[in-house]
Amino acid sequence: MSEHDVTAPVPDADESARVEKASAAAAEGGGNRWSPLKGSSGRNLGLVIALVLLGVVGVITAGDRFLSIDNTLTILRLAAVLGVLSIGMTFVITGGGIDLSVGSVLGLASVWATTVATQTMAQDTHWIVMVFTALAVGLVAGVVNGVLIAYGKVVAFIATLAMLVAARGLAEIIANRQTQTVKVPEFIAFFRADVLGVPKIVWTFAIVAVLGWILLNRTTFGRRTIAVGGNPEAARLAGINVKRHTMYLYALAGLAAGIAGVLMLARTTAGSSTNGQFYELDAIAAVVVGGTLLAGGRGTIVGTVLGVLIFTTLNNVFTQNNVSSSAQNVAKGVIIVVAVMLQQRIAERSRAGT
Amino acid sequence: MVSDDPQTPAALLTMHGIVKQFPGARALDGVDLDVRAGEVHCLLGQNGAGKSTLIKVLAGAHQPDEGQILIDGEPVTIASPVAGLKLGVATMYQELDVVDGLSVAENIYLGHELAKGGFSQRRAATQNTRKLLARLGHGGISPHREVGTLSAAGKQIVSMARALSHDARVIVMDEPSAVLDSEEVANLFRVVRDLTAQGVAVVYISHRLEEIRQIGDRITVLKDGRTVASGLAVADTPTAELIRLMTGRNVEFAIPRRPAVPADAPTLVRVDKLGLRGSFEDVSFEVRAGEVVGLAGLVGSGRSEIVETIFGARKATAGSVEIAGRTLRAGSVPDAVRAGVGLCPEERKSQGLLLDEPVYRNITLSTFARTANGGFLDEGAEKREAREQITALDVRPADANRAARTLSGGNQQKVLLARWLVHGCRVLLVDEPTRGVDVGARAEIYALIAELTAKGTAVVVVSSEIEEVLGLADRVLVVSEGRVVHEGPSSEIDEHRVLDLVMEGSAA
Repeated sequence: MSEHDVTAPVPDADESARVEKASAAAAEGGGNRWSPLKGSSGRNLGLVIALVLLGVVGVITAGDRFLSIDNTLTILRLAAVLGVLSIGMTFVITGGGIDLSVGSVLGLASVWATTVATQTMAQDTHWIVMVFTALAVGLVAGVVNGVLIAYGKVVAFIATLAMLVAARGLAEIIANRQTQTVKVPEFIAFFRADVLGVPKIVWTFAIVAVLGWILLNRTTFGRRTIAVGGNPEAARLAGINVKRHTMYLYALAGLAAGIAGVLMLARTTAGSSTNGQFYELDAIAAVVVGGTLLAGGRGTIVGTVLGVLIFTTLNNVFTQNNVSSSAQNVAKGVIIVVAVMLQQRIAERSRAGT
Repeated sequence: MVSDDPQTPAALLTMHGIVKQFPGARALDGVDLDVRAGEVHCLLGQNGAGKSTLIKVLAGAHQPDEGQILIDGEPVTIASPVAGLKLGVATMYQELDVVDGLSVAENIYLGHELAKGGFSQRRAATQNTRKLLARLGHGGISPHREVGTLSAAGKQIVSMARALSHDARVIVMDEPSAVLDSEEVANLFRVVRDLTAQGVAVVYISHRLEEIRQIGDRITVLKDGRTVASGLAVADTPTAELIRLMTGRNVEFAIPRRPAVPADAPTLVRVDKLGLRGSFEDVSFEVRAGEVVGLAGLVGSGRSEIVETIFGARKATAGSVEIAGRTLRAGSVPDAVRAGVGLCPEERKSQGLLLDEPVYRNITLSTFARTANGGFLDEGAEKREAREQITALDVRPADANRAARTLSGGNQQKVLLARWLVHGCRVLLVDEPTRGVDVGARAEIYALIAELTAKGTAVVVVSSEIEEVLGLADRVLVVSEGRVVHEGPSSEIDEHRVLDLVMEGSAA
């Protein structure tokens, strides 16, 4: 303010000072190259604070039970399945879409990987067959979604809603509504084994998250995702193949659902047609709470990971305190609304700043 | 016409010393404006001068940090858009705020529906709507018609009728002519004159100085958030003076002269019997390296569709496009881009830019994959390329990290041009290159086009401003009702002849 009150500055100097100030503000707001919290450090900081507060509540109410290494690993194991799903969802939402089918596809992948045929084949050759089966099922389901949406011009909400229903139904048919236990011990042994004291299930989530971050922030694929989600017409007129890219995004989400299916199998040792029910909603909630714009054009993997950890920790704190799952759901609903409202505040403030 | 004597009519609306501070920028820094009943008061200024902020303050969308607003000499606070309407100030924004799915009457009474005990009074609304439309000289529009089926001009009338339904005494019109063709503009002017004859004051914003000459009574000029001249009588102020006030420098408002295209220049673009069902047909022309071909015609004549079809953004239903001897795949933008064709689309914001992304990413949107190494972005190289163009085209502010949204129209256009310069295109298609662009940036864009042709780029220009097409182009195609009705050197045709051809074409 005072700068402008100084008596009669040369107009040009005034002008350049204004520009300089504005660009300094812009540099503060984002664009710094190396921060993993890129462009949204403030928002991510808020999520970290929320997570820490949750931890404090956990420690106060459940004490050592909450703080134990076992419990921490339990939280992380639970977070892994939802987390991988949410990384895929982050790409779809950033690209301006939505995928309601990922929970069902997860279920279908877990069932297909545990059919007698697959397991026999896995016993004969290698447990990796089960992994490949799950990934292939996820990928194919994702490609079907993508083709319907990108080339068949079906609205994403409808196409993936149809897949949600159909994949769940197919899983029931294949499993005959029975739970199929994993009978290949090497499969379980591999994923449950620890590396540096951390189970491989958790490592898988970490690797997927890191790869997802690189893909979104450092590659042409990520740039296209942001462009397609931010302004599909501008992306198209700049020469980007928007349809093909849209298809890739759903394929990626399907693949992530396949990976999540594998982790689910490793964690529960069972393939069931009810695996992953309502996970699509948890994933969307985690992504949005994390700070990815539901309208597309802006996405954050770090935010998504924090969103997933917040929801999983919350569940854990409630469970430790014997809160009913019904009450948990009410709390989750409230948290989603509050988080999104806070985010909009922050987004508005940062926009006014530019 | 209102005389310039300040004694005669008292000011209806006075704004005094308005200051509006945004974080990092002082958008308004002491603006004065006085508007009298029954006048058309033109607000002039380059993009970024503060016009938009000022009308938002006036509409109640922004609160001023300092300064006073008086209506009929009484100080008022316009706390919200609703409060603004109650005080008799209505604003017609550039992006018309009508709801396409509702009827004309429903749109006009949107937000202040006529109702009794919770039941809407449809008949009263219909009757009042008829009266309002008749008052605007458009009694022919049915109150029941769905607004989405109206033309841009029709929607504008609906927007004006809504302003009148609030008993507006001041109507702010933000570039109302931007979406209209010349006939519709003439009609708009008639409506504006009727309104002022009824005592309504109109604050009129436009970049087209010739329009202001036709319709304006007095002018206030803004520059860098300050009033640099207020209450100038239109009749006594030469255009050169207005440009000097707006830009603070003397600009030759002329299109640079270019040398004739060499006779041996190769043909780069060959459009052969191109057609798009329902839009245009049988369009054939060639563009040589270093040549500018202009497409003149009214809005809706098919001229934008022609360049979009050449670019592959629309899939041709007939004919072909050849770039340097290679036939393009119909309906494939990537193929056109690979062949070295670039398009600066008509709607910068909705078709061209990622508004929330930084400027450099907007500049490299067509080339980031080329700069990348094995799929990994090289943002350092991207920023270098972008900065070179920012300097070369004098994009202001010269900040590659700034969100594209925060730039003025002229600078956004430069960003789009920069995109294709980085790409190194051989053929540039530009649709309305200077719409919503201020005078200073306009001259720069003209100079840039001249520079490109000197390097052998083939350019196709589409513009609503016939003078612009004639000035820029070596050859002109006049398009009317989806057909090319004339082709020839631009030196052999003038504005009136073009208009005649357009009219003949529409009559046929």
